[in-house]
Amino acid sequence: MAAPENGAAQFNATGEAVAKGTLVLEMPEVPRERIEAIIQCYPPERRYALAVMQDMQHSFDYLPRTALELLAEYMSFPLAQLYSMATSYKALSLKPKGRHIIKVCDGTACHIKASLNIIDELDRLLGIRPGDVTPDGQFSLETVNCLGSCALAPVVLIDGTHYGKVTLEKLSGILESYKPGGECDG
Amino acid sequence: MAENTRKLLVCCDTGCLANNARAVADALEAALAAAGLDVAVERGSAELKRTGCIGQCSHGPIVKVHPDDICYYRVKPKHAEKIVASLGGEPYQPLLYRDFDGEPKLREADNPFYAHQKKIALRHVGLIDPLSLDDYLEAGGYEALKKALTMEPQDIINEIKASGLRGRGGAGFLTGNKWQAAASYPAQPKYVVCNGDEGDPGAFMDRSLLEGDPHSVIEGLIIAALAVGAEQGYLYIRDEYELALPVVATALKQAEAAGYLGSSIQGSGRKLHLEIVRGGGAFVCGESSALMASIEGRVGEPRSKYIRSVERGLWDKPTVLNNVETLANVPFILSYGSGEFAKIGTAGSKGTKVFSLVGKVKRSGLVEVPMGITLRSLIFDIGGGIADRRSFKAIQTGGPSGGCLPESLLDLEVDFESLTDHHTMVGSGGMIVMDDRSCMVEVAHYYVDFLCGESCGKCTPCREGLRHMREILENICKGQGKASDLEELEDLAFALQEASLCGLGKTAANPVLSTLRYFPEEYEAHIKERRCPAGVCKPLTLMQIDQEACTSCRACLKACPLGSVKETPAASPDQKATYHIDPALCTACGSCREACRFEAVVAVRREATCA
Ligand SMILES: Cc1cc2nc3c(=O)[nH]c(=O)nc-3n(C[C@H](O)[C@H](O)[C@H](O)COP(=O)(O)O)c2cc1C
Ligand code: FES
Repeated sequence: MAAPENGAAQFNATGEAVAKGTLVLEMPEVPRERIEAIIQCYPPERRYALAVMQDMQHSFDYLPRTALELLAEYMSFPLAQLYSMATSYKALSLKPKGRHIIKVCDGTACHIKASLNIIDELDRLLGIRPGDVTPDGQFSLETVNCLGSCALAPVVLIDGTHYGKVTLEKLSGILESYKPGGECDG
Repeated sequence: MAENTRKLLVCCDTGCLANNARAVADALEAALAAAGLDVAVERGSAELKRTGCIGQCSHGPIVKVHPDDICYYRVKPKHAEKIVASLGGEPYQPLLYRDFDGEPKLREADNPFYAHQKKIALRHVGLIDPLSLDDYLEAGGYEALKKALTMEPQDIINEIKASGLRGRGGAGFLTGNKWQAAASYPAQPKYVVCNGDEGDPGAFMDRSLLEGDPHSVIEGLIIAALAVGAEQGYLYIRDEYELALPVVATALKQAEAAGYLGSSIQGSGRKLHLEIVRGGGAFVCGESSALMASIEGRVGEPRSKYIRSVERGLWDKPTVLNNVETLANVPFILSYGSGEFAKIGTAGSKGTKVFSLVGKVKRSGLVEVPMGITLRSLIFDIGGGIADRRSFKAIQTGGPSGGCLPESLLDLEVDFESLTDHHTMVGSGGMIVMDDRSCMVEVAHYYVDFLCGESCGKCTPCREGLRHMREILENICKGQGKASDLEELEDLAFALQEASLCGLGKTAANPVLSTLRYFPEEYEAHIKERRCPAGVCKPLTLMQIDQEACTSCRACLKACPLGSVKETPAASPDQKATYHIDPALCTACGSCREACRFEAVVAVRREATCA
């Protein structure tokens, strides 16, 4: 895998190298103190590496390169191994996410109720595929497995709000409220 | 419960929360507060509880009134006042469950969804407040632990063995034997681990247990630790379970404060410390050796199984790993005796199993049923049959490691053996019902694609075999299948089963093998006729309007996001407008077909791809 040049985002959410010409988001810089504050909550033992990265993911929405470097140093642990964990666990991402995170459930119950159509329709409306962020940084799109609301399939989760029995007809209305100035775009 | 104390139970589990349950609970609280001023004396004090999942998520949010045992469904905040006003008097009719006979059903037990169920693992879920230790104690909680403390470890193991309890996490290993093996190794320290990774993309019983009755799982884990002699344990829970994590963390603190955990459990001198480890959301991390690697802070990859984890698991020490639901059964067995458990079920599979009955059934949600129930009873008695007047095609069980069973097997009695004999498994308990609009080839592709993404890539058969299978299935779905594909799929399946390192690869071919076996005609239609009989595979399908059946209701026109339904206005006032679908615009998403209530939208073969 290509080495990132000067720490800029060359990787998408699943850690694959992003093709040339793909829009790459600005990586928001995270102050060193905030990173250190998280790291210091845990003893320097390897078994806490995942927990630290999860906390960073929750706080920063992605794992900045500096954060991984600091963690590697603190745990006396090769950066490459942290990188391998960061790319193998779905909950971790090396790329910042959009302002609103759209998660389309593609668990089995949702799948057989045509969740892929929802993904296609979101592609049509926003121009992004799962793993991508819109150029204005407003939305990122992900697929997830079973949200535990199968009885309401197909289910879409936007920033923690569940939408059940979603139809393509309803979808654009839901999205509108998350666009700049929309009622859910607080 | 004081005589005139009434409780309102509002299900606040994920399914109902998605249906606005929190607003309902808030509205009820407000309505109770408002009403409390003038009418409190007549009604007694109504105490509002927030509970876990009652099960029938398709009809949520659900509010239960205790002790009257009245169940209200599809409650909206605006109904709060009506419900509060009805307390102690006539039930509020519009919200009662109505079955197909139209008769309102007052009690939970009258609802056929519950009538066939038998709750052991879920015995407290939906009845107690998961955040209240007192509730759990009142329901008989931690009695089993107190009993265990008076028993020899071997007697605990014997009791679990006698119950016949088998692991609910997938493999169905006898729990008593697993504990016995771990207990037999002298190495110290030993560990107990609860597997709450729940990676099956269509099952959520473990989450429901962790959210709705965390103390049962914790109590089961403590008993396991006493039986094998462990002083440290872990609960491995997915990081995505945002509700379950804080609930379990609170329960652990409560148990510790009350002396059920810690340096001397109930003053017995026995120690146990439990810790939560958050999983990173990788399906393979549910596999025992990968899970342990993940707890140790390594990448979650499995190892070969020549050394078993009961001998050398976490940090190479004897380790017992049990699934959430398995552990929730343990306190029941100790409290009521192994006989109470063993009298339910089949010869080889005792007790009950929780299934998530979802997909195209009328009533769906979590159900707990005796082992040995037939698929027919599950789907038709409990699930109420197939939704939207469609016909049954298949039921998928066991998640990505399981398979699809056809109508001819509806009378199969569900247990560990019977399903394994038919190219599927109980697995974690997903039961996804499919109708004639589900394509079996596409379903096989779905699982193989899922597993491709989740394969850790360590062993070649799984990494490369799955990828190759996916490619073949993709081609078939696109109408580019070859006659030789089916044989190649079988060969790959065999290689996966024989040569993969862990259970993920070994069972990965089940979705393909079972659909090949029970639905060969669907594969053939795709390959030979370039046609998808279910009308799902888009490159092969176009939607058309059957002019005879069309009532000009315009539902399809509204449902199509692409504007491909075209209207021809009526030529004269006594005629109706006609509709047709522009094949150039139609992507065969099927929204129009779903919207049509007159069977007037039909899927036909897309000619363009049939060159
Ligand atoms: C790929 C794979 C994924 C698994 N996922 C889970 C899971 O999510 N939850 C679970 O309890 N067991 C899972 N298992 C089964 C575990 O390996 C293990 O058998 C189980 O947790 C043991 O507990 P039990 O005996 O109580 O069932 C999985 C197995 C494999 C091969
Ligand atoms: S499959 Fe989508 S919520 Fe379960």
